[in-house]
Amino acid sequence: MDILVCVKQVPGSSDVEVDPVTGVLKREGFSTKLNPYDLYSIEMAMSLREKYGGTVRAITMGPPQAKQALLETVWMGADGGVLLTDRAFGGADCLATSYALSQAVHKMSSYDLILCGKQTTDGDTAQVGSELSEELGIPNIGNAISIKLEREGFITVTQNLDDRIVTAEIPLPCLVCVDGDINSPRLPSYKRSKQVPQNAFTSLTLKDIEDQDKTHYGLLGSRTNVERIFPPEKNADRKTLTGTSSELATQISDILKTGKFIG
Amino acid sequence: MAHLVIHKELVNKENIDKVLKICPFGGLESECDELLLTAGCKMCGLCIKNGPHGMITKEEDQTPVVQIDKSAWKGIAVYVDHSSSGIHNVTLELIGKARELASVTKEPVYALMIGHNITQAAQSLLKYGVDKVYVYDYPALQDFLMEPYANVFEDFIQKVKPSSILVGATNLGRTLAPRVAARFHTGLTADCTKLEMKENSDIVQIRPAFGGNIMAQIITPNSRPQFATVRYKIFSAPAPAANPAGSLEKMTIADDRLKTLVRILSVKEKEKVMDISEADVIVAAGRGFKTQADLDMARELADILGAQLACSRPLAESNWFDAKHQIGLSGRTVHAKLLITLGIAGKVQFTAGMKGSDCIIAVNSDPHAQIFDVAHYAVVGDLYEIVPQLITLCKEAKAHALS
Ligand SMILES: Cc1cc2nc3c(=O)[nH]c(=O)nc-3n(C[C@H](O)[C@H](O)[C@H](O)COP(=O)(O)OP(=O)(O)OC[C@H]3O[C@@H](n4cnc5c(N)ncnc54)[C@H](O)[C@@H]3O)c2cc1C
Repeated sequence: MDILVCVKQVPGSSDVEVDPVTGVLKREGFSTKLNPYDLYSIEMAMSLREKYGGTVRAITMGPPQAKQALLETVWMGADGGVLLTDRAFGGADCLATSYALSQAVHKMSSYDLILCGKQTTDGDTAQVGSELSEELGIPNIGNAISIKLEREGFITVTQNLDDRIVTAEIPLPCLVCVDGDINSPRLPSYKRSKQVPQNAFTSLTLKDIEDQDKTHYGLLGSRTNVERIFPPEKNADRKTLTGTSSELATQISDILKTGKFIG
Repeated sequence: MAHLVIHKELVNKENIDKVLKICPFGGLESECDELLLTAGCKMCGLCIKNGPHGMITKEEDQTPVVQIDKSAWKGIAVYVDHSSSGIHNVTLELIGKARELASVTKEPVYALMIGHNITQAAQSLLKYGVDKVYVYDYPALQDFLMEPYANVFEDFIQKVKPSSILVGATNLGRTLAPRVAARFHTGLTADCTKLEMKENSDIVQIRPAFGGNIMAQIITPNSRPQFATVRYKIFSAPAPAANPAGSLEKMTIADDRLKTLVRILSVKEKEKVMDISEADVIVAAGRGFKTQADLDMARELADILGAQLACSRPLAESNWFDAKHQIGLSGRTVHAKLLITLGIAGKVQFTAGMKGSDCIIAVNSDPHAQIFDVAHYAVVGDLYEIVPQLITLCKEAKAHALS
């Protein structure tokens, strides 16, 4: 089974704030990491390859330094990766991102299965996987907790769907979004990090994909538009309690009594 | 639409160094003394405001984008999320919000219900103020299957042309909505925490963004329909009306659009477990707790108050709690009568899931903690000292009440 895993580089910490006066973002330093939810889908890809053979390649869209995310995926065991990078892709919303990814997927050799993580820890939208499957015109299924190969040309996927667990057979090629916390992702291997062949990675830019119309990508290809960013609102009518710990405990218990939560 | 322009005459090594440090997203890179935008750019404008003056500017595009005719799209549609256990409450909450939004633009409110043997359930929605429930009732739609459901959704949009579509951010809604939104090449905003309507029928969608302590206001200015998902418990369900005025409309679709090669092998109902979303009283613990053993304090307080114990994300991540107990953007939304937070900083992703609670008492040793911005009672102090004494006082009060 030949598998593509979509991964993303995300900020290393969530310490981003808006300056209430200038309305501008402040971030302490600029550290990045591989999206934690992707670790589960990478692990899923590895275990499928171990069981059924085939290849695992990673794909990511981002700035040039997003190559790091691919490296980490390869250190975990993937065979190689593709970095989709071009300034035309900047400012992309989910739709423009999934369209760009679909163009890159068309450029890659054939695949049986595309795996995505549940969501990213920065955007948190959980939308790109489903949108990518639509752009590619292949079936998709979300919140997968297990994948098995039981019949030629199909996979059997068990899915966590709110109040029920659904097991379905789905034809290949297809796209599966993997739930979080469903396996124990392996650690990147130091040995592999020393052995990765240079040709394991390819870069694609706008010039390398079929649809080169800039208005389909990045900010221009986005349908949503961020009008404004602002710090969270504050509750104006709050009471601040002060005093020694025992005074504070008494004040809280008085509030609880008045509210009939105790007594 | 606007884009960023880098003014080459102002680019020099010093300015490049300055502006590279400012961008929090890796949205800029330098190559042979040239400054380039990368795919990381989020158009946040930080480089314009804080970077070397005039080096980067925001320009409106010269070629005006063709404006769509928004008047051809009317109505706010709510996708009805349901299963064998009935209609998910998030549906009613969205109908309530849709009515509020629709009152600004004087649009009708629709519901779209897809399934089999669902007429009665569809009927029950009318009392919440839906003008029309569109029903696709076919045996092939008994269970949720992506392709037939997406095809039906597409059919509905083409026939009815709703301006906006609200979908509950359940696992099902979070896979179905993007599939359909992509089919129409339109915008979809996930997990909105606030929705407002503009006169021109653009919905203002507000949600925490950029993985930081920031809210973003998002619009879909030139595409229809505009899609938004909203989590359970963010809005309130409306009270049912005695004499509903709306009606049902039975819809038809060609059989071949209901076909799929995907086959459902089994469906198992999950056991109903405690859900903090439903709790009236909650004690929530955060990283102010130094060890797992210290949580006993929080548990004891919760027991006395008959409260559910919940947590912030780091505690779920370190497996001190099951993920089901996590409050916040990537956890559960709660709407408690009383919520006591202990040692929680109150980042937006956390507060997004609890702001709606009626009485919030926050204990934090840092007088500037953000949790105080949403709290009704800001208790500045050490939880390790306060909680044990509070437990004693509560026990006394209880004993007193019993005697
Ligand atoms: C996309 C995204 C989604 C997220 N989703 C969620 C989510 O759903 N839920 C969530 O909770 N987080 C979420 N987060 C993480 C969130 O940004 C915060 O990192 C997290 O909420 C912090 O948890 P905390 O307040 O418990 O810990 P900290 O930030 O470490 O805060 C601990 C607090 O305890 C106080 N404290 C320390 N010692 C004491 C003491 N002895 N007595 C009293 N107070 C003390 C400190 O002053 C501090 O304010 C998300 C982040 C991102 C980027």
